[in-house]
Amino acid sequence: MKKIKKIKIKLNGKEKFIIENSKITTLINDLNIPIKKVAIELNQEILDKKKLNKIKLKKDDTVEIVHFIGGG
Amino acid sequence: MNKDNLIISKKKFNSRLIVGTGKYNSMTECAKAIKLSGAEIVTVAVRRVNITDKKKPLLMDYIDPKRITYLPNTAGCFNSREALRTLRLAREIGGWKLVKLEVLGDKKNLFPEMIETLKSTEVLAKEGFKVMVYCNDDPLMAKRLENAGACAIMPLAAPIGSGLGILNKVNIKIIRKQTKLPLIIDAGLGQASDATIAMELGCDGVLVNTAIAKAKKPFEMAVAFKNAVLAGRLSYLSGRIEKTIMGKPSSPSEGII
Repeated sequence: MKKIKKIKIKLNGKEKFIIENSKITTLINDLNIPIKKVAIELNQEILDKKKLNKIKLKKDDTVEIVHFIGGG
Repeated sequence: MNKDNLIISKKKFNSRLIVGTGKYNSMTECAKAIKLSGAEIVTVAVRRVNITDKKKPLLMDYIDPKRITYLPNTAGCFNSREALRTLRLAREIGGWKLVKLEVLGDKKNLFPEMIETLKSTEVLAKEGFKVMVYCNDDPLMAKRLENAGACAIMPLAAPIGSGLGILNKVNIKIIRKQTKLPLIIDAGLGQASDATIAMELGCDGVLVNTAIAKAKKPFEMAVAFKNAVLAGRLSYLSGRIEKTIMGKPSSPSEGII
């Protein structure tokens, strides 16, 4: 059996280990984040939410997931 | 009387009071204060999703963006790069194009960094954003923002959160005279009467956060600001009397016994 390889990414400023080649949508779903209410940045590039399905995560990727909070 | 709407970028609003959603003790308190204020536009901040506490309440669950216009704000940005990144992300969240640009220059007084603000306004306007711009109360800079494509000019009354009220009424009046763009006083108001003064100076609206959120009774203060804006606007439209230094009796002198 092939061993599952884990890679390190940075998610919202914190290190996280995920399965190599996993899709960004898997990550978001696992975190229980409602896609409609967030925006996602991969290595400082804003992702088109309609095309998320195609994107796989690589080692050392930096992901930022943001939403609206109370502010002045 | 004709319907007196606030019009920003061709969109009509009944209320001329815009409120911030920060600094409240809870989301429930924030939502109730907004309702009582009658505001139809609220400013919101863009921040990282809390990935460790999944049960943390979401703003959108308390304030429905279909009923209340969200105005994404760049509060906390200290240069053009950060501000542009924030607003581009805000647009991606759900197509928001009407935004509030706020680039700060000093961590203590929180005054706007106007060179970075101007640069950002130009870029955002070219990218199709409708930019409401937080700025200092300098008429020349306000003019440059207008030329750069701002859709509303938002000069400060005083430093953010200071509660000092409008420090430079003359400048606000000059800006009012020179621009047809919506003029909205943003930041520094402390009490309801400050909002009335802003409206009497001819401003199209006011933006308030701390003065309501941090009042001892935020709900009552929300109502006070709502009424203060209405009073100020009506007073401005009614045409005040001339000021004189001598008294003029209110009762006729004829027929005095």
